Amino acid sequence: MNINNNVVEKTLMQKLTSLKVTFALIFLMWVPLVAFVILGGSPSNADYNWLLYPAIPAAVLLYLICMISWRESWIAMLGCTLVFFWLIVAVCVPFLPLIDPNKPIAPYVGIMSEKKDIFFWLGTDFKGRDMLSRVLWGCQRVIVWGVTATLIAYIIGAILGLLAGYVSGWMDEFISFVCNILLSFPIMVLFILILTFMGASGFNIIVAVTFASAPAIMRIVRGLTYDIKSRDYVFAAQTRGESPWYIMVIELLPNVRGPIIVDACLRLGYTTVAITTLTFLGLGLQPPDPDWGLMIKEAAPQAKLLKFAYMLVIPSIAVSTLILGFNLMADGLREMSLRD
Amino acid sequence: MNEQTPVLECRDLSISYYVRAGEIPAVVDFNLKIMPGESIGLVGESGCGKSTVALAIMQYMGSNGGISGGQVLFHGKDMTTMSDEELREIRGSRISMIYQEPMASLNPAMKIGEQLCEVPIFHESISIEEARERSIKLIEQVKLPEPERIMDSYPHQLSGGQQQRVVIAMALLSKPELLILDEPTTALDVTVEAGIVDLVKTLAKEMGTSMIFISHNLGLILETCDRITVMYSGQAVERGTVNEVFNEMWHPYTRGLFNSIPLPGADKNSRPLIPIRGQIPLPHLRPKGCYFGPRCDFFREGVCDQALVKMRYAPDSTSQEARCERLGDINWDEQIVEDFSGDPAPIGDVVLELKDLKKYYEIRDNSLKALVTGKSKSYVKANESMSFTAKEAETVALVGESGCGKSTLAKVLMGLETATSGEVLLNGESIGSVDIHSRNASLVSLLQMVFQNPFDTLNPSHTVGSQISRVIRKFEPGISEEDANNRVLELLDLVKLPRDFANRRPRQLSGGQKQRVGIARAFAGNPKVVVADEPTSALDVSVQAAVTGLLMDIQREYKTTLVFISHDLSIVRYLADRIVVMYLGNIVEQGTTDEIFAPPYHPYTEALLSAVPIADTRVKKRRIVLEGELPSAVNPPSGCPFQTRCPRKLGSICETEEPPIIEVSNGHQIACHIAQEELEKVEPVLDLTDYSEAVA
Repeated sequence: MNINNNVVEKTLMQKLTSLKVTFALIFLMWVPLVAFVILGGSPSNADYNWLLYPAIPAAVLLYLICMISWRESWIAMLGCTLVFFWLIVAVCVPFLPLIDPNKPIAPYVGIMSEKKDIFFWLGTDFKGRDMLSRVLWGCQRVIVWGVTATLIAYIIGAILGLLAGYVSGWMDEFISFVCNILLSFPIMVLFILILTFMGASGFNIIVAVTFASAPAIMRIVRGLTYDIKSRDYVFAAQTRGESPWYIMVIELLPNVRGPIIVDACLRLGYTTVAITTLTFLGLGLQPPDPDWGLMIKEAAPQAKLLKFAYMLVIPSIAVSTLILGFNLMADGLREMSLRD
Repeated sequence: MNEQTPVLECRDLSISYYVRAGEIPAVVDFNLKIMPGESIGLVGESGCGKSTVALAIMQYMGSNGGISGGQVLFHGKDMTTMSDEELREIRGSRISMIYQEPMASLNPAMKIGEQLCEVPIFHESISIEEARERSIKLIEQVKLPEPERIMDSYPHQLSGGQQQRVVIAMALLSKPELLILDEPTTALDVTVEAGIVDLVKTLAKEMGTSMIFISHNLGLILETCDRITVMYSGQAVERGTVNEVFNEMWHPYTRGLFNSIPLPGADKNSRPLIPIRGQIPLPHLRPKGCYFGPRCDFFREGVCDQALVKMRYAPDSTSQEARCERLGDINWDEQIVEDFSGDPAPIGDVVLELKDLKKYYEIRDNSLKALVTGKSKSYVKANESMSFTAKEAETVALVGESGCGKSTLAKVLMGLETATSGEVLLNGESIGSVDIHSRNASLVSLLQMVFQNPFDTLNPSHTVGSQISRVIRKFEPGISEEDANNRVLELLDLVKLPRDFANRRPRQLSGGQKQRVGIARAFAGNPKVVVADEPTSALDVSVQAAVTGLLMDIQREYKTTLVFISHDLSIVRYLADRIVVMYLGNIVEQGTTDEIFAPPYHPYTEALLSAVPIADTRVKKRRIVLEGELPSAVNPPSGCPFQTRCPRKLGSICETEEPPIIEVSNGHQIACHIAQEELEKVEPVLDLTDYSEAVA
């Protein structure tokens, strides 16, 4: 007898929300975007635009999937909408009919006004570059480096946490000790230290974020692992002679995912803040390409005059909406996890 | 009118919870009347609404629950219309409640004395000295040693049994008129439970307190209560005095409940337990008419599925009622009993043998004092010279209370721990000092385990099918995917679960179904020996009967040796061939089931037998209540391990010398200083004469 005979045919939606499809879509969206940014795709370089073709439908589909599977919580849906707004902008931006963000056209044009027969929705900055296209282009690097850095911090933190929690003993003491030392540094000091020594680049931002976040992530995973490793299904795996790695990855990891996902959303927010702060301090990504932190930095001297405050306010709002999106998503997910 | 007012009366009480999906009726049409000094038992399986009733009486419903109809009268005054102020006056002083988990009812940050004194100071505004005096007096009354020391200790410094006694003292401090006990002994060991039950009974009698005793254990209700109310799916289905209900049940559910608990007459081969089929319906999916209808063997279409069934008096009775449409009209012999292959599998050769097995855990003391004195190591003696054998197709039960070393023994057998000394032979091969990673797949597959907690036994993140097929692929490397999937389906058939369960996730399964999957997983590699660690203790009785039946069926088919670890002597009596009684890491007695249940007994076995509540009025029991606490395994008593609590202690010889092993008959061994002739003179704990007559 075949298994499938007894199974009710799944609906299209159930097929789409299955883990495999979701992961494939995330992969389809993320890898082209990262490749685009690493290879140097920019407003002035359209050679790699073809990379983003698969990412656009993937991002839109992912947004729909998230909206449908989180329909129980309007908070999560709102957060998801904010985050995906920027994600979709990030993958679409080379194809949007925008003015070149690096080209000075007309300085000091206010919001929603026209000059030289061009309508500037968000005005221009002090060098006369179009704010709208700068804000939209600026999201790319923050999102790519922020999310990648958090992801890598999570992978390393989770491995350390699982080892410390499951193997325990001297392994736990060693890992916890190292993490305690790292945690005792103020995060900003750690960032500045790493970036001034190693130089400012996307890769180094990942290193800095990993050093700053992995210890805290390890603590969370370790605590959860301690709780779960005494469950009977872990004993069952042990009594059939499974290796420690199998138990950690297959038996333990999926069951600690709930709190981790919530924490990851919050941490994405922190990382975005951190990266923007670093570029503001001149430690992150370098000009002239648009970046939110950079825009805030460049606008700061002019913003003292109320008339030019919009140059600072607009990129700040952009950063805030992204972070708010991540935080609302975390809130919504927590609310949903408490409900079952 | 010289009729007394009842202490508490529930009239047509209905309780509902309000959730997003709408109103969920938890309890429907519930009536209860308690006279002063009377005790009433509330029995039923999980989800039947017993605790909801208790909470409603206390008016402790959460924000989403409430009384949707009827009245709760306390001394004739309706509690549903009382203000918060009035309710506070009553709660804790005139009505007290005792909960299941003693540790959760005591504040871990406050000393016992402070917590006790709070009660009378709040309710009667007396001075601290007076309150303290009264608390000490009550601690004496609940038979706790050294009241002054107890008053000054924190909850974690006391054992579970002592904690529960403190909770009882707290509940009785304000001399309540009504005491509600919600499963007060479920978290405790049987011998401790016996002590608590005795205490509650005598104290309630002395003080004239009325009691509502909530339990899933029919035997306990028989021992403690005057009247009983059986609940099913939010309704009281049968009500009457304890004697009436236990001698003649009128509702099919009550009868089903009694058929599924292992009473002394039940036998796994000739008179098996009869489980109730199906599951309790969810509150919003209750059927029309009789809620028990879909699970009832006497269901009549057009009769039982019409209107809501009302309570009716049983024939020739003015106190016993049942909620059955066919009351008095049922022929009990009609019941369809599932066809049953009753022939026991012949017991074969020795499969598993333990020789002088010892397991010590080392504890390192890292304090400065230990460093100076040089005593930095001490040992927890979890298992001390264990020897027994198990044969093919035999069920050997390991019986003992928590802390006796049963679970450690299971771990050593499974290879999660290695033995300190001694040997474990499986099919003649020594495995005691081989840990799991050094065992090869075929050896590992020979020895598998069924776990205690059904909610923990399956990984919630994987489907049922993938968890079983993982075991198959682990034990048969290289098996094709199709073969593995077919084996999964066969195993689901074996444990009588529908095949499409392979694609389900554990959260979609009930407790009993999860335990069946756990059994399927254990049998996936055709094991010779299965260690079952309390596989049924967390299940409801009707489900328990089905799961034990299943285990026995599989054993018959595969000739598996079962090592059944349990603290419940009634279930052990039902399914074990041989019993090993353990106390503090030692085997105190072993023999066949009949030998263990008849004299000569080891004094501990005797106490254990007496502590198990039996839900049958025809069985008479001799009561033995053990004094004192279980000694620590780090520092076990010298000589005989049981000497500190033994009611038959001889004298200094018990404290100085280890007891010899008396070979009463072939295979029946008792480790005791008392001479065999003396032990043989002991009267049986259970008097079954009435019972045998009734059966004959």
